[in-house]
Amino acid sequence: MTDQDKNTVEESTGLGDEGYSAAAEVGLIKARRTFSENVWRGLKSAPPSALFGLVVIALYIFFAIFAPWLAPHGEAEIFPMSYAPWSDEFIFGTDQLGRDVLSRLIYGARNTVGIAFITTLLAFIIGGGLGITAAINNNGWLDNLLSRSVDVLMAIPSLIFALILLSMFGANTLNLILIIAVLDSTRVFRIARAVSLNVVVMDYVEAARLRGEKMFWILYREILPNIMPPLVAEFGLRFCFVFLTIAALSFLGVGIQPPTADWGSMVRENAGLIQFAEYDLTAALTPMLPAAAIALLTVAVNFVVDWFLHKSSGLKD
Amino acid sequence: MNNQSSGKKGDILLEMRDIVIDGYSDDRWHEIIKGVDLTLRRGEVMGLIGESGAGKSTLGLAAMGYARAGCRITSGTIIFDGMDLMKKSEAAKRALRGTRIAYVAQSAAASFNPAHQLIEQTVEATVRRGIKSEAEAKADARQLYRDLQLPHPDTIGERYPHQVSGGQLQRIMTAMAMSPRPDLIIFDEPTTALDVTTQVEVLAAMKRIVDHFNTAAIYITHDLAVVAQMADVIKVLRYGETIEDADTRKMLAQPEKEYTKSLWSVRSIEKPEERSDDVILRVDHVDASYTGSAKVLDDVTIEVPRGHTVAIVGESGSGKSTTARAITGLLPPSRGQILFNGKPLPPTLSGRNIEQLQKIQMIYQMADTAMNPRHTVRDIIGRPLEFYLGLQGKERDRRLLELLEMIELNESFVDRLPAELSGGQKQRICIARALAANPDLIICDEVTSALDQIVQKGILELLLRLQRELNLTYIFITHDIATVKAISDQIVVMLQGRVVEQGMKSEILSPPYPEYTELLLSSVPEMDPDWLDDLLKARGEAASTPN
Amino acid sequence: MHPVIRTILQRLGLGLITLFVVSLILFSSIEFLPGDFGQAVLGQAALPETVAAFRRELGLDLPLHERYLDWLGGMLTGDMGNSFSGRGSSGGSDRSRPVIELLAPRLANTLFLASMAAIISVPLALFLGITAALYRNSIYDRSVNALTLTTISMPEFFVAYLLILGLSSFTKVFPSLANISPDADFWERAYLTALPALTLTLVIVAHMMRMTRAAIINLMASPYIEMADLKGASKSEIILRHALPNAWAPIVTVIAFNLAYLVVGVVVVEVVFVYPGVGQLMVDAVTTRDVPVVQGCAMIFAATYILLNLFADIISIITNPRLLHPR
Repeated sequence: MTDQDKNTVEESTGLGDEGYSAAAEVGLIKARRTFSENVWRGLKSAPPSALFGLVVIALYIFFAIFAPWLAPHGEAEIFPMSYAPWSDEFIFGTDQLGRDVLSRLIYGARNTVGIAFITTLLAFIIGGGLGITAAINNNGWLDNLLSRSVDVLMAIPSLIFALILLSMFGANTLNLILIIAVLDSTRVFRIARAVSLNVVVMDYVEAARLRGEKMFWILYREILPNIMPPLVAEFGLRFCFVFLTIAALSFLGVGIQPPTADWGSMVRENAGLIQFAEYDLTAALTPMLPAAAIALLTVAVNFVVDWFLHKSSGLKD
Repeated sequence: MNNQSSGKKGDILLEMRDIVIDGYSDDRWHEIIKGVDLTLRRGEVMGLIGESGAGKSTLGLAAMGYARAGCRITSGTIIFDGMDLMKKSEAAKRALRGTRIAYVAQSAAASFNPAHQLIEQTVEATVRRGIKSEAEAKADARQLYRDLQLPHPDTIGERYPHQVSGGQLQRIMTAMAMSPRPDLIIFDEPTTALDVTTQVEVLAAMKRIVDHFNTAAIYITHDLAVVAQMADVIKVLRYGETIEDADTRKMLAQPEKEYTKSLWSVRSIEKPEERSDDVILRVDHVDASYTGSAKVLDDVTIEVPRGHTVAIVGESGSGKSTTARAITGLLPPSRGQILFNGKPLPPTLSGRNIEQLQKIQMIYQMADTAMNPRHTVRDIIGRPLEFYLGLQGKERDRRLLELLEMIELNESFVDRLPAELSGGQKQRICIARALAANPDLIICDEVTSALDQIVQKGILELLLRLQRELNLTYIFITHDIATVKAISDQIVVMLQGRVVEQGMKSEILSPPYPEYTELLLSSVPEMDPDWLDDLLKARGEAASTPN
Repeated sequence: MHPVIRTILQRLGLGLITLFVVSLILFSSIEFLPGDFGQAVLGQAALPETVAAFRRELGLDLPLHERYLDWLGGMLTGDMGNSFSGRGSSGGSDRSRPVIELLAPRLANTLFLASMAAIISVPLALFLGITAALYRNSIYDRSVNALTLTTISMPEFFVAYLLILGLSSFTKVFPSLANISPDADFWERAYLTALPALTLTLVIVAHMMRMTRAAIINLMASPYIEMADLKGASKSEIILRHALPNAWAPIVTVIAFNLAYLVVGVVVVEVVFVYPGVGQLMVDAVTTRDVPVVQGCAMIFAATYILLNLFADIISIITNPRLLHPR
């Protein structure tokens, strides 16, 4: 080794002329990047599917927020011609009551997506909070109680359970949000508990306990920051599930009720047009539009979540 | 069919030249091995030593032309028995693996398939390549089990991995490597995870069998004393480069490079002991158990003098960590009490007030898991300052800087996250966190066990200095006798939840010893290459001469 | 007692308890009916006395536990009460039919549909999932991944209508309405059920394939697989000898989970194709708040779901070497 090499080795040990020095030690240091730098790097390395997904999601959010300004007609505005064919005035025609399909599609973004989002958020607050609490308790009485209850609730398929509860309490938007949120919170509970358990057994949580920290502080400052990545991914997946479930229930007629513009019910309302496919293709496509809108958003979210999971799990291929 | 090629002992078996290996992390390829040469002769055992991250495992696997997922052998030549492995097809290399070159992994428990019997897995490679028939191979395997001194050698093979202990699994893995009579075995830290007393038996078995079959071996470890026993030649690796290569005896007696010298010198610190009767903590006839089952602590009584260090020594399951949990309140005793400054402490954590919590602090073995990866140094050290002492803002920052200086770091560390610190720096931050509370007593739970040799020395010296300056009391939990010598005034030896011995360091560490202490102390490998042979001879004599 | 037997008995016990709790929940759905319920079923024209008589007939004035036991006993023997529909505002139950009469033929239809979908989808999904995992990141894997991701993102009714457009409206290959009469023979049934079964198959295959792939990838990352590689085993040997014996548990779990999902997917598909099954019955009943019918259908679905999960659990237990060969 040349003198130069020797110096490098000694420096990197912390073994300078004065002997060992802790401050001069070098470890496997990951370069620290700011949040925006990380985001930009992430975007650059994203596959086309994820970029497509992000663009689509942004578009939907845009339509949802600016619906009143973008829609040519009102959400429940009735015109005297029902089932009108596609034209310049009604780009996608009118539905069975004479309402403009395009306008209802645009408002549907706000309603369907908005309601699904609120429901998922609620499910997360309930399920996440309880899940982390159960993990902190870690096989104590609270944990066992919550876990067994969740097991039982999950033993009933959620669509069926939703149907039962809706038949009991009546099908309106508020009930829908509450019922789906509670049912879905069970899944969130499971995953929040699982990832929190990994964190709860760490020494730094024990160190916080030994210090005398209260449960809330441990939850919020020690555990939560460390479980964000899997929870964020799960939020995306749960949103898709909730979104599809609400659409299915609305399609079945027990979800969001008219006259609110909602993609699921729009499919049901216009489903009869499909049989006219060989005579008027555009008419047959009319009920497919809201269904396609649902599918497109779900695909987009799934692509983005897939990519996010791939990045955060650091799978080496 | 004879597996080994006809080569004589002393011929060159493996020649690796200018090996460069890259690893993929943080979105790009880094060099892990930066141009290393390695020469191994038949029947020779090479010890490959270095700190974690030096690249030893990667180099060892490269000897069979294998790169783990996320690694690639970029350049160099690997000539094994005249064949250049870099030029061979995957199929040809596969034919060599498991038959002419074998690998013994660090974690035996993870490396065995839970669904198959042990003997099936032992003979798998041998039978597959037709080296022996299945019946022959199994009979041979049972003989190997006998040579490795496994219990019930004729039937142990019919068990499944989860039915057998860690030390036994490690030996069975050695039998698995030996079954095809390979030319070369690569041992990758095989005894690191084992208890000291188990380690001796496994080392002895491995050494015996390698000698017997004249197999060449690469023995990878970070433990210098172990390598002194097993290896004929030693190669020192650091950050992917060779530091020094020499014959074992020569390297131990006259190391050439600074770095090598520093590795050997670590074991030389020794604190002069002091006696004192001023007791700060007394563990008084404590029993404890988890959920009402068997006792994990049985009538444990320990006295800790103020301003001094008591080392608690023992193997896994001895109860040393459990004692720490009882003292801190995580595990309330079922009988007995803990007296601090003469007054009994409330048995549970929730029963203690802030002053009581403040006075006793704990430092953990793995600094990685002892700090929240999302908290900066300021958060980590700052929190106890806020929580215990009520310091805020500028006052808190000032005290923070004082503490950083005390642990020999500086201002530039304040905003760093744990991932941006080295192993030694992380442990220092944990020490500062404990100091921030102004404690009287600090429990150090294996705090140096996970660190590399040079870093260990730094931490031990720091702890001794802090003790002098701040009159701190330490309870030092460890299984390493060298650390005990370095840092303690008194020693407590524990075995299976009981205190077996207690007293001043000089008394405990000099003969005559009670039986377990004898076993424990003598099982710790020393830097003398003849240590293992001498020990086995002595034990063999002791076994054959009745007391 | 051998640990395997003990664990199986424990699981069975848990399954029974779960069914019991489910029955409690279903039973209480009558309990929590909002006050105007009687009115809602019988219509605005009903007199207060009729509503009261209706409630009495439902037994809403008996003590709780008696009612529950009555109901449970009825459920087990097949007497699930009478449907609410067919009751006029007079409150009389002469034209309402026993729930069991409505359920039985539809149950047969639903089972037929579900079986058709299952028989095709399970082998197909396993094949696709395992091969995708083994040839990870190849073009094959990536395209199958993209395709299934798209499919699981689509609502079932979308898939159904796409198939109708493609295979029925334009090409007239299959009928879009599944009007199965009780005396249709097997092939006629199969023909009418083809489109609904195909819809279900597409959806289930997508889910099952992805889960199988994930399970196999997870398995192949185990250290003992690397060890087998280091011992010189070829790829097929690693898969067949080392991975497969450990793969049964996760694969069976995936299958059972998806068959349970089938139970749910059936509902939407039956509505789209107007297939006379339990799903369609339940949806109609929910819309008209015909509680006894809802209870009956829900009980069937829940029991099937629980049994399937129980089955998966038991298979996992049986294939676990730690339980098979205790210390």
